[in-house]
Amino acid sequence: MTNYGSALREGFAYLLKNHPEVFTIGQGLWSPWYVGNSMTHLDKDFGPERVIDTPVSELATTGAALGAALSGKRPIVIHPRVDFFLLGVDQLVNQAAKWRHMFGGQVSVPLVVRAIINRGGEQGAQHSQALHAWFAHVPGLRVVMPSTVADARDLLIAATLGDDPVMLIDDRWLYELEADLPPVNPALRLADVKPRVERTGTDVTLVACSYSSQLCRLAAETLTKEGIFAEVIDLRVINPLDTSAVAESVRKTGRLLAVDGDWSTCGLAGEVIASVAEKLPPTVFKSAPRRITLPDAPAPTSKPLEKAYYFDSTHVAAAARQLLGRS
Amino acid sequence: MHADPFQLGPLADITATEFHAPLNLGASTPVQQMHWLRKMIEIRCAEEKIGDEFGKKVIKCPCHLVIGQEAPAVGMADHIRDGDRVFGAHRSHAHFLSVGGTLHQLLAEVLGKDTGCSRGMGGSMHLLDRAHNFHGSVPIVGATIPIATGAALAAQMDRRGEIAVSFLGDGATEEGVFHESLNFASRFKLPVIYVVENNLFSSHLHISLRQPFDSTCRFAHAHGVAWQRVDGNDIVAMSAAAGQAIAAARTGQGPQLIEAVTYRWRGHVGDREDNDVGVARKEGLVEWKKRDPIGRLARAMIAAGHLAETQLERITAEYRDAVEAAWAQASADPYPANETLFSRVYAPNPA
Repeated sequence: MTNYGSALREGFAYLLKNHPEVFTIGQGLWSPWYVGNSMTHLDKDFGPERVIDTPVSELATTGAALGAALSGKRPIVIHPRVDFFLLGVDQLVNQAAKWRHMFGGQVSVPLVVRAIINRGGEQGAQHSQALHAWFAHVPGLRVVMPSTVADARDLLIAATLGDDPVMLIDDRWLYELEADLPPVNPALRLADVKPRVERTGTDVTLVACSYSSQLCRLAAETLTKEGIFAEVIDLRVINPLDTSAVAESVRKTGRLLAVDGDWSTCGLAGEVIASVAEKLPPTVFKSAPRRITLPDAPAPTSKPLEKAYYFDSTHVAAAARQLLGRS
Repeated sequence: MHADPFQLGPLADITATEFHAPLNLGASTPVQQMHWLRKMIEIRCAEEKIGDEFGKKVIKCPCHLVIGQEAPAVGMADHIRDGDRVFGAHRSHAHFLSVGGTLHQLLAEVLGKDTGCSRGMGGSMHLLDRAHNFHGSVPIVGATIPIATGAALAAQMDRRGEIAVSFLGDGATEEGVFHESLNFASRFKLPVIYVVENNLFSSHLHISLRQPFDSTCRFAHAHGVAWQRVDGNDIVAMSAAAGQAIAAARTGQGPQLIEAVTYRWRGHVGDREDNDVGVARKEGLVEWKKRDPIGRLARAMIAAGHLAETQLERITAEYRDAVEAAWAQASADPYPANETLFSRVYAPNPA
């Protein structure tokens, strides 16, 4: 068994071992503890020229990685928290996401920005954000949100070997998740990675990404014991967003619950519901679609407020019951 | 190296008439001088045409004209070789043409045509010519500074002696990313040359209203980056400074900064001189036109017997004709097809 954090590290080791054009750069890469166990000692195994710790300069570091990506390299930029990456966003949104299009398809930007959602533990409003919906709003930027141990490794590899800029966001709350890892499939292309039906069911469709997918899996276990069969879909990639599998599922179940560990307004859960509603006749729906998200407020600090702010699998299960008219 | 990294001194003093004189041609050859002259005239003819067509509203995309400050681009291009990576900003027509981009590709691009250097998807502010080592210009101020820095990081990894060049304006030195990049490049000793074309203006605001000192060399000094300040309207001095900085970067001596002091004759954007916008430019412009980089070179060449007056007129006419021919061709060229709205958002994914 491998855990999610170690699977990420296996992805980095695979890339650095097999692809000399790959390097990784960001703050904390020479610190054994800074990004969990996901990059431990990579600098010792592959050298400080390819595992580069940087000055405290998010924007220059992201831009430098972009410049290297234009010059034959495949850099992976690490931002140990999404919150701090906001200082580097121009280079991803204004530059990386647009260079292919605005230069008439003559330029590839094989750049991965890996940022980590690292919340809880009374860290407060500036150490807790997810913000993936922001990035998924931008055409040209692939946004990857792995929720399983295998995807943590495999989507990192596919993102790095593809020719588009990718924002890969992983969630610290998934790092202890364990599973057996199959061998790497070196031919996997990110453009072919589609949402996955993780569990089939007939009563309600639960759709999410990243840590929220794990909550949906746990909620589905609970609901099964009550005779409610939930279908769980893990989106995996949220830009470009493909909701056809979700629509097909809702055609069967008639009920949709979108779950997202981010804010509600203009968020992923709302986007999923809207796009599914556009694809299906209204008669398909046995109840109005519903979403579970964080409340529209910055994260709190104290333990009791954190408990009130974050949802868990019991909230997902409760909302599913309500969709079925049970309580 | 100038002693004071804080003050431009006489270079920014419009009463300093020594900068009106014909250039000191130094050890440059007549062949080199003729190349400089022809390239700067080509750039100016292109810019005048673009200005005219902008004024007539035939060209609609924002165009930032480089008339009056042709020399820094041409001087740098003297020392660029294949494998180097040059990046520009919003005012980059000269950067594009000086490394070998064609008049037709530039004019087609500002017209949004499929035959443009960026396939009609970029316009004036997004130029590319990878075949001539020009790897992109963008108008977000300062954005290509870290990108050039990263191209230098890749060059350092590849160990082929390649370098990167970042053209930027004095306004971009006010962006945080400029300082982040200089620190980063100095820390890793990267082969990158930052060329600050200090034309004393950012949009309508004079540097005295934006910074406490008028020389941007002080930022290089602070970050341990080697710096030179040159008269940016002196192509002989500019090419020499470029050669020295690029050679140093190629041989592992780390990042370099050249501050080329110059002046733009037109407004921030478009064909007008903008004498009525923001800070009064009128008096400065009259004096700076006496420092015309083309005129100073031509007069020196004539004095040295390397150029005849009639030849100068002939060369100018030749480039005006070349611009008109390229314009006619670009005007007749097709626009990109509608499917290009979507076909290049992501890399192709063949089955």
